[in-house]
Amino acid sequence: MADLNSSPKEPINKVNLVASNSIKSGRNPMPEQAPEVRAHNFKEVPLGYSAEMAQQEASRCLNCKNPQCREGCPVNVPIPDFLHLIAEGKFAEAARKIKEKNAFPAICGRVCPQENQCEGRCILGKKSEPVAIGRCERFAADYERENDLVSIPKLPPKNGKKVAVVGAGPAGLTVAGDLILLGYEVVIFEAFHKPGGVLMYGIPEFRLPKSIVEKEVHYLEQLGVQIELNTVVGKTISVDELLNEEGFDALYIGVGAGLPNFLGIPGEDLGGVYSANEYLTRSNLMKAYLFPDYDTPIVKGQNVCVVGGGNVAMDAARSALRLGAETVKIVYRRSKEELPARGEEVHHAYEEGVEFLFLTNPVELMGDEKGRVQKMTVQKMELGEPDASGRRRPIPIPNSEFLIETDLVILAAGAKANPILTKKTDGLELNKRGYIIVTETGRTNLERVWAGGDIVTGAATVILAMGAGRKSAQDIHQYLESIQK
Amino acid sequence: MIPILKMSEIAPSIYEMIVKNPRLAGKARAGHFVIVMIEETGERIPLTIADYDAEAGTVTMVVMAVGTSTRKMVKLGVGDQLYAMIGPLGQSSEIENFGTVVLVAGGVGTAPIFPIARSLKNAGNRVISIQGARNQGLLFWEDKLNSVSDQHIITTDDGSAGRKALVTEPLRELLEANQLLSENDPNHIGCVYAIGPAIMMKFCAATTLPFNVKTIASLNSIMIDGTGMCGGCRVRIGNETKFTCVDGPEFDAHQIDWNHVLMRQKTYCEAEKCSLQRYIEQTEGIR
Repeated sequence: MADLNSSPKEPINKVNLVASNSIKSGRNPMPEQAPEVRAHNFKEVPLGYSAEMAQQEASRCLNCKNPQCREGCPVNVPIPDFLHLIAEGKFAEAARKIKEKNAFPAICGRVCPQENQCEGRCILGKKSEPVAIGRCERFAADYERENDLVSIPKLPPKNGKKVAVVGAGPAGLTVAGDLILLGYEVVIFEAFHKPGGVLMYGIPEFRLPKSIVEKEVHYLEQLGVQIELNTVVGKTISVDELLNEEGFDALYIGVGAGLPNFLGIPGEDLGGVYSANEYLTRSNLMKAYLFPDYDTPIVKGQNVCVVGGGNVAMDAARSALRLGAETVKIVYRRSKEELPARGEEVHHAYEEGVEFLFLTNPVELMGDEKGRVQKMTVQKMELGEPDASGRRRPIPIPNSEFLIETDLVILAAGAKANPILTKKTDGLELNKRGYIIVTETGRTNLERVWAGGDIVTGAATVILAMGAGRKSAQDIHQYLESIQK
Repeated sequence: MIPILKMSEIAPSIYEMIVKNPRLAGKARAGHFVIVMIEETGERIPLTIADYDAEAGTVTMVVMAVGTSTRKMVKLGVGDQLYAMIGPLGQSSEIENFGTVVLVAGGVGTAPIFPIARSLKNAGNRVISIQGARNQGLLFWEDKLNSVSDQHIITTDDGSAGRKALVTEPLRELLEANQLLSENDPNHIGCVYAIGPAIMMKFCAATTLPFNVKTIASLNSIMIDGTGMCGGCRVRIGNETKFTCVDGPEFDAHQIDWNHVLMRQKTYCEAEKCSLQRYIEQTEGIR
């Protein structure tokens, strides 16, 4: 990847001197809105480090010779380097250092599962707590943005090649961000009226303010990336037309997973039963939480049940609280240990008053005379032998059914592959679940077509999609250079 | 932004809107729908395409001003722009030669019926259209529909134009007469289309069922993205759950669970009332 600014490395020992006092003590806690306050507003929950806190925290870095944190990052952000810059008070420089590898530090600092990635590999974590890398990343990015210090790097001359990116979510934005720095003309085609994909429609405002997504996307536009909104590839225009009529040399598919799973139980079509996709899209993208200032309505439940245990379920549950629910229950068929959501999200939900019903599975939903959901029959489960996912399989306990009163049910039971683009793209090889089959670098079986993110892996995380985008961008670059010769 | 080229009231509270959108116009077919947004704070509003012209790059929609969003929309005029327009979405109509086809249009259903009638006519069908409205004033596009029909029947609830009847009455008579014809007769009705209010489509389906004639209805479900992502537009077709936006909007009318369709349409009744009341107060009230 092109280096944006290759400032000379500072001597490492300087930081170690500053750091020695704070290494043994734990990490700096993140200031947060109090749970009882934040459960009723959509403002961001963690408030962010102060400059002092960030410097202190960054100074805890041991500057390992062989930094494992960097290996743990799907896009290989030079973590010790940027921590070092923060420790020295060079905050905007730190942000620029991150942006050499990741154009979206304000987003990743907030939503990456750092505990399984960079922070999970931090040597300090073995004896004490790992460096709070994500919080430092967020601080640097916020500092740069809030102080108007975002600078546009010098770009290489245009190389005359055009790349189309389908989907302005994490994977597509990353591909676009990387290729624009290499001299390509890049056009992103986005189905929604706002770019950002899941960052806009899925992740709530209180976890990732939309103004931040807008600013990070705007940074790409300042680099020269063009975004064509309201364009459904597979409907408005086809992959074939983009490659063979509109003159694109390569195309990247990052359309996301897209279709919500329903449970297939009686009553799930009743009024007041949402897929998490719909509930979150109404609330986040369409801003139904500001209804009637925004025109899109949303059912505001008093006693809400969210079915599922992933990050999406936590987002839906916490949104429901903020929309005025009296009680919110997470109904999850396995136990606490198997919850797929990040620990931090579960903790936040719990603090805010979300209840958890573990080893509980919905069987049927029942409605009132108007066809609105009123009750949910659930049954208790126990855990059996591990299944294909390695998690212990939940087994129903006979005659353990009971009723829950509820007026809003949100189903967060995963996603399926959206066929709009894939079915309209002749010859594109899919697996039996409808996801696109690709090589290590995201190449599909079609010449000049790459794919990555959830439409390849099924529902996963923002940073994994970004990592996939990064690899494909490099491969697209190599491919287009090779055919030039 | 999508420029509006025409906005005219063609019946009380019913407006014809023509917009410029060349890429969409080039892909539009009978039966498709689009989603439009008036402004950034607006809803995503699904509208069935009423006409399209690939050469001119235009798309026509017919809008009835009932709720906040549609009232805002019809206040726009030439020179104004829509904030967003997405499509064409859904599956286009299956156009084949059925022999004779009966197209039943109720209220604003006349608009989406028109391009379907035209396509069926071009595919060699004998086209019989039944156009129903509450009264003469609410009829529109009679000439357009007539121009693509071999037979054009108008009904009104009060008899102020055409026959005083519900659309299902001439429909039943046509089907009764049809029983005497052999399937190879070009006058044999091979298919019925019904587009209009859900309750009208439900009764059309009930009318044709005993005659065992293929019947297609076009649903206008509540939806957000229009690409299968939210599942808000799910409908029960036979024993299956389908999404209006990607699997429809046209379905076998005999397989649709109509009560479920009617029930889901009412999901936001109260919110819509509250929004409309506020809108009226803001725009018309305080005199």
